[in-house]
Amino acid sequence: MTPKPRKLAPGTGPPRPNRKAFASNQDVRWCPGCGDYAILAAVQRLMPQLGIKRENLVFISGIGCSSRFPYYMNTYGVHSIHGRAPTVATGLKASRPELDVWVVTGDGDALSIGGNHLIHALRRNVNLQILLFNNQIYGLTKGQYSPTSEIGKVTKSSPYGSVAQPFNPVSLALGASASFVARSMDRDARHLTEILKRTHTHPGGAFVEVYQNCNIYNDGAFFEFTERASKAHRTVFIQHGKPMLYDNGNQGIRLDGFRPVAFDVNEGPYGVSDAVVYDETSLELASIVSRMSQSKDLPCPFGVFYCDVRPTYEYLLAKQIETVVEKRGRGNLSALLHAGDTWEIA
Amino acid sequence: MSASVEIAVPKPIKPLSEATILFAGDSGDGMQLTGSQFTLATAFAQNDLATLPDFPAEIRAPAGTTYGVSGFQLHFGSVNIRTPGDEVDLLVAMNPAALKVNLPRVRRGGSIMINVNSFKPHNLKLAGYGTVNPLEDETTLKDYQVFEVELSRMTEEALKGRGLDRQAVDRSKNMFALGLTLWLYSRPLQPAINWLEQKFAKQPDLQAANIHVLKKGYHYGETTEDFIAQYEVAPATLTPGVYRAVRGTEAIAMGLVAASSQSGLQLFYSSYPITPASELLHQLSRHKNFGVKTFQAEDEIAAIGATIGASFGGNLGVCATSGPGLTLKAEGIGLAVMMELPMVIINVQRGGPSTGLPTKTEQSDLLQALYGRSGEAPLPVVAASTPGDCFYAAYEACRVAVRHMTPVILLADGYLANGSEPWRIPQVHDLDEFTVAFAQKPNRKVEGKDAFLPYVREESTLARPWAKPGTPGLEHRLGGLEKEHETGNVSYDPENHQFMTQLRSDKVARAAWHIPATSVYGDEEGDVLVLGWGSTEGAIRTAVDRIRGRGHRVGAIQLRYLNPLPPDLGAILSRFSHYLVPELNMGQLIRVLRDRFLLPFVPLCKIQGQPFKASEIEAAIVALPENA
Repeated sequence: MTPKPRKLAPGTGPPRPNRKAFASNQDVRWCPGCGDYAILAAVQRLMPQLGIKRENLVFISGIGCSSRFPYYMNTYGVHSIHGRAPTVATGLKASRPELDVWVVTGDGDALSIGGNHLIHALRRNVNLQILLFNNQIYGLTKGQYSPTSEIGKVTKSSPYGSVAQPFNPVSLALGASASFVARSMDRDARHLTEILKRTHTHPGGAFVEVYQNCNIYNDGAFFEFTERASKAHRTVFIQHGKPMLYDNGNQGIRLDGFRPVAFDVNEGPYGVSDAVVYDETSLELASIVSRMSQSKDLPCPFGVFYCDVRPTYEYLLAKQIETVVEKRGRGNLSALLHAGDTWEIA
Repeated sequence: MSASVEIAVPKPIKPLSEATILFAGDSGDGMQLTGSQFTLATAFAQNDLATLPDFPAEIRAPAGTTYGVSGFQLHFGSVNIRTPGDEVDLLVAMNPAALKVNLPRVRRGGSIMINVNSFKPHNLKLAGYGTVNPLEDETTLKDYQVFEVELSRMTEEALKGRGLDRQAVDRSKNMFALGLTLWLYSRPLQPAINWLEQKFAKQPDLQAANIHVLKKGYHYGETTEDFIAQYEVAPATLTPGVYRAVRGTEAIAMGLVAASSQSGLQLFYSSYPITPASELLHQLSRHKNFGVKTFQAEDEIAAIGATIGASFGGNLGVCATSGPGLTLKAEGIGLAVMMELPMVIINVQRGGPSTGLPTKTEQSDLLQALYGRSGEAPLPVVAASTPGDCFYAAYEACRVAVRHMTPVILLADGYLANGSEPWRIPQVHDLDEFTVAFAQKPNRKVEGKDAFLPYVREESTLARPWAKPGTPGLEHRLGGLEKEHETGNVSYDPENHQFMTQLRSDKVARAAWHIPATSVYGDEEGDVLVLGWGSTEGAIRTAVDRIRGRGHRVGAIQLRYLNPLPPDLGAILSRFSHYLVPELNMGQLIRVLRDRFLLPFVPLCKIQGQPFKASEIEAAIVALPENA
């Protein structure tokens, strides 16, 4: 494990709520070494920085290892049923827009049994922070292939290899008209915290895929992206307005038509200026770049793929009510009961 | 009506105490509109009434076919009317198929008004009459009084020169039929005119055309010699008060808005379109000025999920569906049972299983409502019994849910939802008190510190506290895993699971403490007790009246609370010796009763997509050993 950077300098000044204030009194029950610990720590550390009152925070999850998350947060929370967290969160956020609602889900929960709810929550742009812990395996049910497992994956339920094409969660979210789509990883606390912060800042539905290691059933699934030996040349960290460079600036990504191509910055016909300058407001670019993670010849992109500000569902819903009340006046129950033709019998 | 300028010879008026009319035609003929407008006029004439809209699941089934026939039956009178009528006195048949399908419903000696223009070889063949025109053969209609009316032709004549296209002209013929029947039963024209003025406010051509045809139909009755008399049904003697006509769906919507308004809880209504529950979504979407938030979910499961989320947030969460949708919601309702959150799940039942008979009525989801979840997952179940009662049932369901912190299933059905009746409008201040107390403070000391334990219970209801997110110091987590008593922490302890299962069961049972005394209709003690639930009330009471009129001692109970059963039920049962349980299913309540009481309950099951006729229940009572 890489050492976790300390985010909060030991403070002088007024005492601020620290990570502990957001940890519940429940023992964390994930397997030792699980990537979920790092994500939990990052979220708990981030909370005091957001300036949100604890009582206004709600974590909602479905079923699966990741979905135990709310039990460990000393906030309001719901550990709901398999795949349905976005529905519970939508009902809560739509009716209580002032709350800060987070959804914690996994690849099976969000993309298999709950696929329908995920895409609809995203298209509606309900202002939720949806964190999808992708470990490419079913952990809680002890190791079956998931909708993000690669073709050929040997698991308990696919002893001869999985034959199903996996989802690309980022592409799926973009296709579902999400207004904010990002990717990070459990083993890069700094990047993860940065992305979580932006996720929270985004005034709309935000989707973050977090590559997360399941050290029991799918150990090392993302090591080529997360470990020192390969991370530099197997990942590209995209940033708005910056050229897509990686491998310590020695390689870049340029577009050949609609096709992203890796090139050597120092040798050959292309230089830094040929690298794609990333634009997170371009859905077209986001769609192209999101597909890079499916190529063995290209580095896997991390960062904010897409960010577009548009009115949220809960805002439009409340606004509509306001407009109707303005037009028709606040409803009067007795008038409603007497609406239409009435007659009196003496 | 000042419109009547032609010289009309006044015709004798025959008083009737009650009558049943059935408008029937193609699903595109506007029969539901015709029926509802006749209903409105009848309500205006202060008759008591009950309706049965009966239409196919297809929006526009092929014209002229028997399976495309849409009907609207209306029973009205100066006497107490509780059913849409056992037999039809007047059938208005817009085409041969409508006649073919509905002739068996018409009383021998009853009347049939026929649009003769539609009795052409092609239509006769489509209706299955082959080459024989029932108007011409000697047998088919010999037992009935037939009025042959050239509805289509006269409508065309009336609209000649107005520049309307054929379709618009054809679509107006139902107004001719409406006008004529309004005249026949001495109903006022004005309500229908008002309605047309509103409906076609933006299409003055169509507005004028429809009103013109409506009046032409009315005047035709006055002038033609086909009708030798007009009927009149005197106002019914109803309890004094202000009345309106109400459909079950409207009543449920108003009941929910009333619950929201009286409790101060924001109503969050979530639903996925499904027949016959969709109309409730349409209704509530219009009540936005009451702060009602409606959410059309992506599927049935999302609808219950959003309801749970809203209830967790301190709202009055409500969702509605029909049988197949309730099945899909089962897991979510189980979660709500575990989280002990208040919400109401409305099931507007229809014929099943599977897609079944989407537009027809049935009561076959009682056992699903009671037991259709994984694990031991009890919850209160209440049922509405008439269209107007839907208001009170919805209001009560919300109160039970909030008082006991539990999901409640409210059972209605297609007949109740689409049927209508005159409804005495309640005074808002007469509604049952509906107070809500959210948790505000920590409720325990744990290791010397203030703590909020989400599963500490209140004695008289066993309800746990409802703490809204946003309340400082009450942060807590709820979920589907078994809870430790009081703390709500996840617990796999065997003793705790048994304890909590018992507690959840006791909690629902304790709702019985708050149920008002059961009222017995008819005889308080006697030979036969008829036990029903839901929409069978009208038919049961009518049957009981008839039998008591012949000197038998018969009582009836219509159960509002199906779980828990009312605590005084055993005592009432002990005052009778025979028990009839009529249901529109294969016998579901009867199983629940047999489980509780070792008494010889006799089933009466009907599963045809149609409500009971009073005569069917009457016959079953008569057939009981006591009366044999």
